[in-house]
Amino acid sequence: MINIVNLHAEVEEKKILKGLNLNVKAGEIHAIMGPNGSGKSTLASILAGKEDYTVTAGNVEFDGKDLLELSTEDRARQGLFLAFQYPIEIPGVSNVNFLKSALNEIREYRGEEPISAKEFLALVKEKSALVELDSKLASRSVNEGFSGGEKKRNEIFQMAMLNPKLAILDETDSGLDIDALRIVANGVNKLRSPKNAAIIITHYQRLLDYIIPDFVHVLYDGKIVKSGGKELALELEEKGYDWIKEELASKAD
Amino acid sequence: MEIMENISKIQAFSSEFKETPLCFPATTIADAKNTLFHLDFPTTKTEFWKYTRLAKLAQLRLHQEKIRENEQVEAPLTDNGIVRITNGYITSFSKEIAGLTITPFSKCSEQQLSLIGKKADLTQNIFLALNTLYSQEGLFIEVEENTQIEGVFQLLFHAHGENCFAPFRVFIHLKKGSSFKLIQQFTASGEHLFSLPIVEYLIEENAHISCDKLQMENASSFLLCEDYSIQKRNSTVLLNTFSISGAWVRNNSSFLIEGENCETNLNGAYLLKDLQHLDNHTIVDHIAPHCNSNELYKGILSGKATGVFNGKVFVRPNAQKISAFQSNANVLLSDDASVNSKPELEIYANDVKCSHGSTTGQLDEDAVFYLRARGLSEKSARSLITQAFISEVVDKVERKEVRDFIKNKLVKLHDWTN
Repeated sequence: MINIVNLHAEVEEKKILKGLNLNVKAGEIHAIMGPNGSGKSTLASILAGKEDYTVTAGNVEFDGKDLLELSTEDRARQGLFLAFQYPIEIPGVSNVNFLKSALNEIREYRGEEPISAKEFLALVKEKSALVELDSKLASRSVNEGFSGGEKKRNEIFQMAMLNPKLAILDETDSGLDIDALRIVANGVNKLRSPKNAAIIITHYQRLLDYIIPDFVHVLYDGKIVKSGGKELALELEEKGYDWIKEELASKAD
Repeated sequence: MEIMENISKIQAFSSEFKETPLCFPATTIADAKNTLFHLDFPTTKTEFWKYTRLAKLAQLRLHQEKIRENEQVEAPLTDNGIVRITNGYITSFSKEIAGLTITPFSKCSEQQLSLIGKKADLTQNIFLALNTLYSQEGLFIEVEENTQIEGVFQLLFHAHGENCFAPFRVFIHLKKGSSFKLIQQFTASGEHLFSLPIVEYLIEENAHISCDKLQMENASSFLLCEDYSIQKRNSTVLLNTFSISGAWVRNNSSFLIEGENCETNLNGAYLLKDLQHLDNHTIVDHIAPHCNSNELYKGILSGKATGVFNGKVFVRPNAQKISAFQSNANVLLSDDASVNSKPELEIYANDVKCSHGSTTGQLDEDAVFYLRARGLSEKSARSLITQAFISEVVDKVERKEVRDFIKNKLVKLHDWTN
């Protein structure tokens, strides 16, 4: 699905990613954990195409295409979705109207017919129920006046509407209470299929109680320094990150 | 020998103009002449004209040309009473509408004519003086007491030809308990046209007016609109001004609120590109207590366009319990576009709620990225956010067909994705 090889990236001449490798196959869920400032959100932004970062080395293959050569919108049209850590409020732009335009631009890109008004409404109804998002909220201005939890649920609602091949969830759990966390996780689990994949970036293990990952990776200082199964997340939760730092330091010696 | 060097710019400018045949009071005519003799085109040293240059206009040599055919470029929005005015001459007249009396100035009574210009001081304003002295025709619109006029009435102002000066005067009198909805459209076809329509409103007790001004002139035209409104108690005024096209547009809107418990809403949207210049000057003068006024002006500027907002709110000593709000927001889409925004409050009463604000910034790039990350093209994302910004003002328009007209016009002009 996605194969990231030796990715180096910097922002304003500050090196953030220093040779990151990650291979995600269809049907898999990968969790990326790591201390603050290790480069987790940078990775998500680069994959989505944010222009503030410069890729200095490495490459990313997404579904057979060179991802870094594609514009942000073409990445989305190819089936990549980023659930934002901080969803943007856009006053005056209706949530469902923009999603309809987005869906139709994606369909046009793929050579498909535009969605009918009836089909679209049915889809909104189905997917907003999935994340328990009030349909009134779904049709309001994008994220305007939404609570933190509503914003995150709206991200998962949008994800459900667009049905991506690869979803990247950037700290979707941050700032969520336990009920919202359960709703968001439930939404993600229902969308899980052998054909799609997800990368879940998180700080805490608790989301992974609800969304069981196939692999857990530790990102530290711009590289993946440790990978394992879901039990690695529990170990991190218990012991923190210091033991990994120590392990790395002793290797360096 | 001619002594050309002694004549002022305004005298040279108006040398070809025809004096009004209308029977304004002799003192009014004398005052207008006096103003044009003693004053000249204001320069940017004058505070009121600080950011709007008149040099290009002053250089034009214009004349008045009577055109009787309809050359108008925009179709009317409804057929519920239309008066067409071309180059300052009435070219077609409205059908009869019950409760509404429309009289050309030439047929007005002395009493009606004496109302004109009462609260518009032409001793300090050359444009008001030009309009008064050179308007060839005018319209007196009267709404009967306790009459609600159904539908929307339209005034279609059009300028046509080359180097034409088109002054016109309208007086709208809403008698007690009446209501009236009006659209004013301004269009131009030709080169170097200067339209100078001035509209006065006398809104009596418990009367309600709503007016949408659609300014859609062309790339070499000058349009100067002045509005003077007087409100008596329990009356409401809604004025929406949309500056859609036109090389140079200046709006001077002045609202005197004499009666208690009035509501005054002024909204404006301007979308400027290339070398367009637009200046909105508003004055809201609260004399009486217990009134509300709101102003919302929003603009989007690209290319080398320049915009000005100057809004002044006075709250006089006896005008207690006033709520007055004023907001101007601008988005600059290019490095060369600029806007000068100056909201002003002068408050002499002590129990009032007033606020004003002004913001100028760029399009929110994070929002553009967010929409693109959902699959929208960059162009769609930008046009969606731009439209959303301006739609707050468009939504103030009461009638859907007018809102749709404005939206469609803007979509076409700015190549927005719909």
